[in-house]
Amino acid sequence: MRIIKAEAITEAIAKLGVAMNYEIGADMRCAIAEALQREQSETGRDVLKQIQENSDIAAKGEVPYCQDTGTAVIFAEVGQDCHVDGNLEEAINAGVRKAYGDGFLRKSILADPLRRKNTGDNTPAVIHTFSVPGDRLKLTMGAKGGGSENMSRLAMLKPSDGEEGVKNFVVEAISAGGANACPPLVIGVGIGGNFEKAALLAKKAALRPPASVHPDPFYAAMEEELLGRLNKLGIGPMGMGGTVTVLGVNIEVFPCHLVALPVAVNVNCHADRHGEVVL
Amino acid sequence: MAEHKLTTPLTDEVVRKLRIGDKVLLSGVIYGARDAAHKRLVEAMDKGEKLPMSLDGAVIYYVGPSPPRPGKVIGAAGPTTAYRMDAYAPRLMEVGMRGMIAKGKRSDAVKDGMKKHGVAYFGATGGAGALINKCIKAAEVLAYEDLGPEALRRMEVEDFPLIVVGDSEGGDLYIEGRKRWETK
Repeated sequence: MRIIKAEAITEAIAKLGVAMNYEIGADMRCAIAEALQREQSETGRDVLKQIQENSDIAAKGEVPYCQDTGTAVIFAEVGQDCHVDGNLEEAINAGVRKAYGDGFLRKSILADPLRRKNTGDNTPAVIHTFSVPGDRLKLTMGAKGGGSENMSRLAMLKPSDGEEGVKNFVVEAISAGGANACPPLVIGVGIGGNFEKAALLAKKAALRPPASVHPDPFYAAMEEELLGRLNKLGIGPMGMGGTVTVLGVNIEVFPCHLVALPVAVNVNCHADRHGEVVL
Repeated sequence: MAEHKLTTPLTDEVVRKLRIGDKVLLSGVIYGARDAAHKRLVEAMDKGEKLPMSLDGAVIYYVGPSPPRPGKVIGAAGPTTAYRMDAYAPRLMEVGMRGMIAKGKRSDAVKDGMKKHGVAYFGATGGAGALINKCIKAAEVLAYEDLGPEALRRMEVEDFPLIVVGDSEGGDLYIEGRKRWETK
């Protein structure tokens, strides 16, 4: 049984949390550079250039990329043959506390959704823990912006709605809310499972790099088709009109009940901050 | 699409000339306020209390910055989504507000108010918190300090890069821009 110390988890999350909020990933930089080549609107290109300049300034480590430094979302895949010496959730939250304090990041988490008092340290993180084979601990983290999260949607479609129904639901969600979510966007789509599983799949998909492709050719083709349809909407960078609205569509699927067709759309802004570490 | 270098406070003449798609570099004093600060401003007006600042020709920036590093005036300071302030904005127009800086679509009530009172809506690039930080030369909490990132702030900006997304003729770039580029 491999032992992983709680302090190692805290340190890893603290480092990851600060890093992703200052230095946007190479996947996003690359996607924005490609978008600048494709964008036909002059205003759209101006916005994309500002986004690039913003990345360069933030990468110097003085000012975060975006003031909304997000909800810390962590997927913890715990190997069955490793043992966490301490409390996993507490260790993760200690890491988030350290990242948001030491990194001068904004504390956006309220202790209660209705009484709305700030916890002051951006905890608790939203943590999803899974047991997997092996003796490693894989932590995938996202610093998820609130504005784009607000444009996300979930529906329990009828099986008869089929593939077309799923695609139309995704297009309608972005058509209605895309402009408010800081495009160009990365779209995570969860199909199947049940009510809560669909949402979780969508989040997992939204944290994948925009250029990633589903291993099943059927869903890879659907990702490609949706990308094309969404970019025809004309929403453009920051919603001001243009030919690049979405940088990538990622789909995750799970088996589901015979009466059901759940679908969830999780929207990520161009400040798509995500990263992972394996301990 | 014209380009303008503007300084606050904004006059009626200046605002009425602006059209959607125009590029603006804005300098001068602006006020940072979002959800909770808007609520308090409108509550103060309802009670007939004096506001913490004059809104005559004022520009309000919907922003909740990240904390400043020691010796710095502010952290990342990009715009937040505007629709959450739609319920309050028309009231502030009545007492002289001439400009709003934010991102995203507005309600018809806000657009009607903009036509009636001669108000411009400027779009800043969402997520460009570090870039916009460089345009902010001074910032201080003016009121409602207990609201933390949501406190009312007075900021001095220099050449803040903006695009007119809503004008005093009812123009809306979120509608017109999309119409221009949408394909079937």
